[in-house]
Amino acid sequence: MTFDWHVMIPVLWLALGQTFQMIGMALVLTIVVGLPVGVLLVTTDRGGIFEAPFGSRRFGAGLHAVLGFVVNVGRSLPFIILMVALIPFTRLVVGTSIGPVAAVVPLTVAAIPFFARLVEIALREVDGGLIEAAKSLGATRGTIVWKVLVPEARPGIVLGLSTSVISLLNYSAMAGIIGGGGIGDIAFRYGYQRFDTAYLITTIVLLVVIVQLIQSIGSAVARRLSHR
Amino acid sequence: MITITNLQKSYPRANSRGSDVHALRGIDLHVEEGEIFGVVGASGAGKSTLIRCVNLLERPTAGTITVAGQNLTQLSDGELRTARQGIGMIFQHFNLLSSRTVRENVQFGLEIMGLKKAEREARVTEILELVGLSDRASAYPSELSGGQKQRVGIARALAGNPKVLLSDEATSSLDPQTTDSILQLLKDLNRKLGLTILLITHEMEVVKKICDSAALIDDGRIVENGTVIDLLNTPKSKISHALFPLGESHGSPGHTIVEMMYAGELAERPIVATLSREFGIDVNILGAAVENVGDHRVGRMRLELPGDRASNEAPIARLRDSGLFVEVLDDVMPDASSGVVR
Repeated sequence: MTFDWHVMIPVLWLALGQTFQMIGMALVLTIVVGLPVGVLLVTTDRGGIFEAPFGSRRFGAGLHAVLGFVVNVGRSLPFIILMVALIPFTRLVVGTSIGPVAAVVPLTVAAIPFFARLVEIALREVDGGLIEAAKSLGATRGTIVWKVLVPEARPGIVLGLSTSVISLLNYSAMAGIIGGGGIGDIAFRYGYQRFDTAYLITTIVLLVVIVQLIQSIGSAVARRLSHR
Repeated sequence: MITITNLQKSYPRANSRGSDVHALRGIDLHVEEGEIFGVVGASGAGKSTLIRCVNLLERPTAGTITVAGQNLTQLSDGELRTARQGIGMIFQHFNLLSSRTVRENVQFGLEIMGLKKAEREARVTEILELVGLSDRASAYPSELSGGQKQRVGIARALAGNPKVLLSDEATSSLDPQTTDSILQLLKDLNRKLGLTILLITHEMEVVKKICDSAALIDDGRIVENGTVIDLLNTPKSKISHALFPLGESHGSPGHTIVEMMYAGELAERPIVATLSREFGIDVNILGAAVENVGDHRVGRMRLELPGDRASNEAPIARLRDSGLFVEVLDDVMPDASSGVVR
């Protein structure tokens, strides 16, 4: 086992870039879709502010049930299976199923339900009294969501976000195997297929450091945001 | 200012078995403009449901609610939101946004009303001054004491200049001293701004200290209702008895027990001495209290007169003639040890 940094650093640097590209793109999409889904999961539930959208309680209950079901389906498939099953869909969207950009599709599909559940947990922690207070001031439902629910749940959402990023990192390693590239790809091809322990150890150290960093940043931001 | 007619609220049982739960069984209430009206009742009596129905946080099953001439139950969602901006509400647990500073909390209602930033800032400064919290404007709620939090709650509720303030057990989680200061603030705001306040509480002290009128709610019905002075002058009133607990005192056999209520200048007169002198009887004081109720000085006294009721008609008539509200308690037990009076 030799650590030949002249060779390894460029390889790892490129892989690191691919990993962050995959995670970054997937993360943005996850927030954009997962946050509203999480909000809907809570607010369409019984007693929520959207329990009867358009005046129909049945519609609210139906929406809640469908969302819950879809989220659970997304969460029940192991990522590696989801990724393979999504290949035709990925081709349709990106035009190819290989490369970091293509990997974003399954990553996003896997991370949205995960993040949505974490958002749901954070939002349920918000005291119902705050919603009543906002109603008593004449707030619309939109105002209640964006000025009460989400800001009050922000610390929890940020923690959920760092957990989601770490999951994405985990998934992205698997995505690397079917051609996404990134750190996981290096660990698999160099470390496993070529028995190059130097790469294996280096990628493990890198991953551990990255996870620690993400979690520390997430916790620190959450602490900053929390005034409870 | 607030008129509630035949207000009913029932909840379906959680499971389909069993009958509906009737929280309110037909409430009629009228709150005059500029008064402080207290609804008292034990927990579970329906008072919380009642106040939450007034701004329709809770939709009544039947009945109408009119606030400032507007029938709230007939409004569309949008109209109701606008109407709510004219009805402030404060809560037992304050319900402040923990992610916002005091200033931002107070601004919240003004944001909803669509005021411009400069207008909001000016109004917040003004209202924080009014509730005495100018120096804590940039603090977060978690840094405040309970009393300060409720002051923020009051400031937030009043920032939009509502005509009516609803208070849902606003002092129930505060210590007695803080309760006093918050009640004093509410009274000041009521006098200064002509604010109509409807409050619910389980503490008689609140009624005693600030209410002009009061109602007693029990099992979803109003069982007593009137101005506090009228209630105090109603001998059978449960509210007045609760305001003036005289304790349980036994009368001796062969005596007559009389309870009196008196308000205003009557409280200054030597009633017992006069009675004793005029009729030559030995009057025994079993219990007495003189207290300030709102702006009035009010007393209540329980006397024991020698002889049975028939022999005491003249002294009792004399008491009534002098403007006192006199109640003769039911017969004194023939055997004092067998029970207490009433």
